[in-house]
Amino acid sequence: MGWFSRKKKPEHNKDTSVDIKKEAWKKCPQCGEIIWMKNLIDSEYTCPSCGYHFRLTFKEKIVLFTDQDSFTELFENIGCVDPLNFKDVQPYKKRIQRTQQKTGRKSAFVAGVAKITGIDVAIGFLNFEFMGGSLGSAEGEKISLLIEHAIENHLPLIIVSSSGGARMQESILSLMQMAKTSGMLGELGKTGLPYISVLLDPTTGGVSASFAMLGDINIAEPNALIGFAGPRVIQQTIKQDLPDGFQKSEFLVEHGMVDLIIKRKGFKEKLGKILDYLNGN
Amino acid sequence: MAFNELAFEKPINELKEKLNELKNGKAATTTSGKAKIARYEKKLNILIETTYQKLTPWNIVKIARHPKRPHFKDYIKNLGKDFIELHGDRNFRDDPAMLGGFITIGTQKLMIVGQEKGRDTDDKIYRNFGMASPEGYRKALRLMKLAEKFKLPIVTFIDTPGAYPGIGAEERGQSEAIARNLREMMSLKVPTLSIIIGEGGSGGALGIGVTDEIQMLQYSIYSVISPEGCASILFRDAKNAEISAKALKLTSSDLLKLKVIDGIIEEPSGGAHNNPQYIYENVTGTIINVIKRLKKTGLSYLLKKRLKKYKNMGIYEK
Ligand SMILES: [Zn+2]
Repeated sequence: MGWFSRKKKPEHNKDTSVDIKKEAWKKCPQCGEIIWMKNLIDSEYTCPSCGYHFRLTFKEKIVLFTDQDSFTELFENIGCVDPLNFKDVQPYKKRIQRTQQKTGRKSAFVAGVAKITGIDVAIGFLNFEFMGGSLGSAEGEKISLLIEHAIENHLPLIIVSSSGGARMQESILSLMQMAKTSGMLGELGKTGLPYISVLLDPTTGGVSASFAMLGDINIAEPNALIGFAGPRVIQQTIKQDLPDGFQKSEFLVEHGMVDLIIKRKGFKEKLGKILDYLNGN
Repeated sequence: MAFNELAFEKPINELKEKLNELKNGKAATTTSGKAKIARYEKKLNILIETTYQKLTPWNIVKIARHPKRPHFKDYIKNLGKDFIELHGDRNFRDDPAMLGGFITIGTQKLMIVGQEKGRDTDDKIYRNFGMASPEGYRKALRLMKLAEKFKLPIVTFIDTPGAYPGIGAEERGQSEAIARNLREMMSLKVPTLSIIIGEGGSGGALGIGVTDEIQMLQYSIYSVISPEGCASILFRDAKNAEISAKALKLTSSDLLKLKVIDGIIEEPSGGAHNNPQYIYENVTGTIINVIKRLKKTGLSYLLKKRLKKYKNMGIYEK
């Protein structure tokens, strides 16, 4: 027996309608093409002429990666605080406040349950628009709770990452979130439930060096920056030019760190097929 | 300034030199001279005490990186007997930045693993300044799994600026190697202890640091990023490292308050490099006591407790 059944009734049905973008058009950062917003949405936020994958907000991710209206959020009240009274050019407290106001979110991680081609999943998104998607205490706790939820409810787990790494303003506490989330994935692994890690542009530092690299299957979008150290840090250390395509998804596939690259168009369907394989016969 | 000397150590070293001159000169033979020597000795002790009582986090960073500070290899030599080094990750190569092997401390047989920064210039280059590559982390895990299989407790010694940021390290999966260690160390079925002896540099330190207990030398540091790195990103200039060292809460007393570590191993006044024998004894004692305590704990409870400890880490709004 596998871990899911398609016959289950949808338990969650919450409206997560996407905000319609205010701008009428966007310029492709790769080829310079001017793309009408409608065309951009029709092509899943990829450039119709060069295939460039635009960065997504979490709402866009929910629409693209899960079945329509199937996503229900969990643990949404868990939010960032300033545990160390940290102050750089501005106090971390203020940074949190401003980011929370701007994004309407309490942390960089959105956790929930949803369906992917009819399959129930526990799914979470680490979102770049909230402080570079950095991993702090609140994010680590939500990831840990989501893993627990997957174990308790016998659901496959999917985490979609887009992050610059650990959150410096929480120093050692953010570093410990790497251990916490990775340890919890060990618990999930013991149950036989699958974990699929989806790596979007960019996934680096403490996030790639913890839960994002530990998927039973690691999937990347094309041309995403994925690595441990940032390219600038490496360049400063070794004092030589970096090879073309260094730390891009294709590089990671070539070096055996990512299972496959899936283009955004048809992503959900392919993800559903992989989940089906992981369910066995 | 003398080689290997920290700025705040300068007055101490000057006084030490004066004292040595007196001891080696005529003064040592006269009554008044002997009294003078005694006065200077007292003065020196007070100066060391007061200097080390008001150390700033930045001073502590400097002590943690002090060129004379005992390294992992020094601990190997001085803590136990019958060390047998084991090499390689069985996959790519032997990483000299990460050492490991069997050792007997007291009567306890153990597996020890840790980073070695290297001492002289050639050795530093050979050891890559203690910055391990993926094969180093994989070697560490191989040795820890070996210890698990043959029921040897594990002690790791952390002393690294960080995992190596290089082209080859990325090609061979630095992220994956560290991430795997974090996950696997959480489930190792033997007692585990990590000791931060110098620099606990971010993921590179954590990669061998997920253990039942974490002990920290008094003047060692542990943080998510180096003060210099943090300063150049958040404070817009690496010159602000002194400020970011304070903000990062990276000292042993900070981390004990945050309940990230379980204990502080006291250093001699003047820091471990001023009296290595003192620190070897303290570390030996700590290892023997902690391992004895962990061995008394039932294995399934030990594993539950280990996971729970990490699950409880973090401060957030509920
Ligand atoms: Zn384009």
